[in-house]
Amino acid sequence: MTIKRILIANRGEIAARIIRTCRRLGIETVLAASSADRHAVPARLADRTVCIGPSRSTESYLQVGTIVQAALGVRADAIHPGYGFLSERAALAQACEETGIIFIGPTAAQIAAVGDKLRARSEAQAADVPVVPGGAVEGMDDAVALAERLGAPLLVKAVGGGGGRGMKRIEHIAELPQAVQLAASEAGVAFGDARVYLERFVTGGRHIEVQVLGDGAGGVVHLGERDCSVQRRYQKLIEETPAPNLPAALRARLHAAAVRFAERLAYRGAGTVEFLVDPARDAFYFLEMNARIQVEHPVTEAVTGIDLIAEQIAIADGAGLRVRQEQISWHGCALECRVNAEDPTRDFQPSPGRVSEVSWPAGEGIRVDTHIEAGSHVPPFYDSLLAKIIAHAPDRAAALMRMRQALHAAEVTGICTNLSLHQDILADPQFQAGGVDTGFLTRYLQQSDAGDAHG
Amino acid sequence: MTLTAQDVADITRLLEESSFDELYLELDGLKLTLRRQGVGGAPAAPATPQPASQSTADPTPGAVLPSPPSGPAPAASPAAPQGTVQNVVAPLLGTFYRAPKPGSAPFVETGSQVKEDTVIGIIEVMKLMNAVRAGVCGVVAEILAQDGVLVEYGEVLLRIDTTGQT
Repeated sequence: MTIKRILIANRGEIAARIIRTCRRLGIETVLAASSADRHAVPARLADRTVCIGPSRSTESYLQVGTIVQAALGVRADAIHPGYGFLSERAALAQACEETGIIFIGPTAAQIAAVGDKLRARSEAQAADVPVVPGGAVEGMDDAVALAERLGAPLLVKAVGGGGGRGMKRIEHIAELPQAVQLAASEAGVAFGDARVYLERFVTGGRHIEVQVLGDGAGGVVHLGERDCSVQRRYQKLIEETPAPNLPAALRARLHAAAVRFAERLAYRGAGTVEFLVDPARDAFYFLEMNARIQVEHPVTEAVTGIDLIAEQIAIADGAGLRVRQEQISWHGCALECRVNAEDPTRDFQPSPGRVSEVSWPAGEGIRVDTHIEAGSHVPPFYDSLLAKIIAHAPDRAAALMRMRQALHAAEVTGICTNLSLHQDILADPQFQAGGVDTGFLTRYLQQSDAGDAHG
Repeated sequence: MTLTAQDVADITRLLEESSFDELYLELDGLKLTLRRQGVGGAPAAPATPQPASQSTADPTPGAVLPSPPSGPAPAASPAAPQGTVQNVVAPLLGTFYRAPKPGSAPFVETGSQVKEDTVIGIIEVMKLMNAVRAGVCGVVAEILAQDGVLVEYGEVLLRIDTTGQT
């Protein structure tokens, strides 16, 4: 084992999560924290904390040079980027490759390949993985011709976007020229890449993703899928595994497609291949690959018993894949609820501030990943994730029951949270039946708004 | 080719008086990059002392903060109070160098007289050299940061006695 000290270039619950595994493995941790996070829980858990800059992430967590200099300065063997921030910036992986620091993640070339959504689409096609009907926009005439072939509604997507960012939906072809122009100029500003492409808008689809691990030499295993269809504006709220009410054959095809895609890239580390699934037509389409650990990874850990952070570190350290596909087995069901500092009654406005009292649930099958305790400060500069509550049980009904009890036991005062919204969703008959599509939460919120207005 | 501390200070002044934000100078065996505050780095905020909650507030980068109060902090005092020792903090994380190059004389020593724009050290971030200035008039009372060592954002590099300064 050459990795003895890891610089964690992240914050919040994922920083605390990474530290926990490092401690178990006997690896020293150095946390790179902004001044807003200098005294937060992860800073206390880490063996050492270095302050990398002021609160604004553009001057701290997003500074590639500062992160690498910090790693060199504390003599870290490796950098764990977590999710978000620099985790999928090829520049950090590249700088690590040049300075001899181990980047716990894929190669810079792989990050670049999946970050370019058009490139990722063509890699998927080459790997015989179906993509949503669509294509690149070269000129306006070309775009209109393509749009007419595909048929409305359509999505105009930024090549440099992803995760719902840089995307426009059009209902009629007549709206296309304006939407393409606007999307291209916005993408140029936001991603430094003005290229856009078109995709048919698939209605009634489910968001199902497959967790993979790759050794970087073409060896790939999958750890099953996660259903993340409960989302609002492409922000996931509840995730679960296995995906409920999914035909076994379709599930197996999803797993195989994800493995083929990762094999084609000779992918290194933990990654997730996202699909839009249309169970009614027995069809699925590749959406994108996320070249990092994901927020919702704990549900996979719950049912497989595999610590994904430990596997990331092992692969980065050259140990390769420590589990063969036939050794991976799945036990029971797991759900995750993302507890955010936001007010669902006021259009999900963020609610930063000082947390006065906190009570997190505990008990059999319950896991809470968090960096929040009584007195914690939730800074306004970053995302609003406070905690992830994970419930695991032998079957879905039991996992749902455990989650509802856990949510009931959870309490956060001083700031607003979405805890009660989670309770409401878990009580919804459609969600309980399982297999809702990505439009479920929006419809649910509209209905409850209407209900409130009349009541 | 060597540069004295005075040379670097002069070059810094040239940059300051120019319309440029960044200066990259390469001489035989020496590379010097100077950047204005706020260009790709921390903004040059006025040194308004922030009352209370120093723990989570950002230290004013590249500027002077009142010494950590041993008693209660004088809340929101304008301008630099006379006759106090003031901290010069690191405006960014990086490797701190007390001298323009290995083996040459440090920019400042204890007892050195400094002005606001006197360069007191360099912080290197990935081969980029950032000059750190005193930000205040006075005499160097104490040097805390060691040469060639990682300094954190906001870390106290040295203290300057401003007694008798106007």
